Amino acid sequence: MADQVLDAKGLNCPLPILRAKKALKTMEGGKTLEVLSTDPGSVADFAAFCRTTGNELVEQNEEGGIWTYLIRKS
Amino acid sequence: MSNVAEMNSPQINPGIDPNTMSIIVTKGSLDWAYPPFILGTTAAAMGLEVTMFFTFYGLNLLMKDLNLQVSSLGNPAMKMPMMGMHMGMPNLVSAIPGVDAAASKMMKNLMKKKGIAPITELRELAVEADVRMIACQMTMDMFEYGPQDMIEPLEIGGAATYIEVATQSHINLFI
Repeated sequence: MADQVLDAKGLNCPLPILRAKKALKTMEGGKTLEVLSTDPGSVADFAAFCRTTGNELVEQNEEGGIWTYLIRKS
Repeated sequence: MSNVAEMNSPQINPGIDPNTMSIIVTKGSLDWAYPPFILGTTAAAMGLEVTMFFTFYGLNLLMKDLNLQVSSLGNPAMKMPMMGMHMGMPNLVSAIPGVDAAASKMMKNLMKKKGIAPITELRELAVEADVRMIACQMTMDMFEYGPQDMIEPLEIGGAATYIEVATQSHINLFI
């Protein structure tokens, strides 16, 4: 279970990333954030975001057009 | 003789922080407002230090009151999804008064429907993320705009101000 959940469904690029960044900013290192997105472009973008920022993309799933990302703050 | 291997190897200038980006923003229509604000806010979210320099029509994007418009005139690539197909606009039609306003409204509705952020929101996020935004003094003089017309905090500068930023930025874009 994630420490915090961000519902970014219905939002388009770059809002899921910007909202995720905003949420991560308020969290302590080691805590996890779950992001829900319906944007197909978010798959490549969350991977790139995590590689660049050093946050860990722990898990990602897709079910019925909804992508779920579990990010652990570095 | 010069060392070819050394010349060809890509090197980051040791004095430049790789996490820095500058964008020159020269266009002020609804469609062209997106690339600089999307890239600027996203780069800031990814930990980059971002500077945006607004010149000529780009200055329009710093106005307090934004009413951005798009024009299909001379833009054959602009095809809106309508009635199950994609429709372009002949130049002769685009030139009729009111058509640009209608096309702008249509594009804004389309953006809202697709969950695309309005420019005002991206601009607020840029301010929040401490993106440095510089308005071009010369353009302000030419178009007779004052600081009272623009958003705060406003930084005003010229070509040398931008060049200084560019020499300290790893990524420099012109949009």
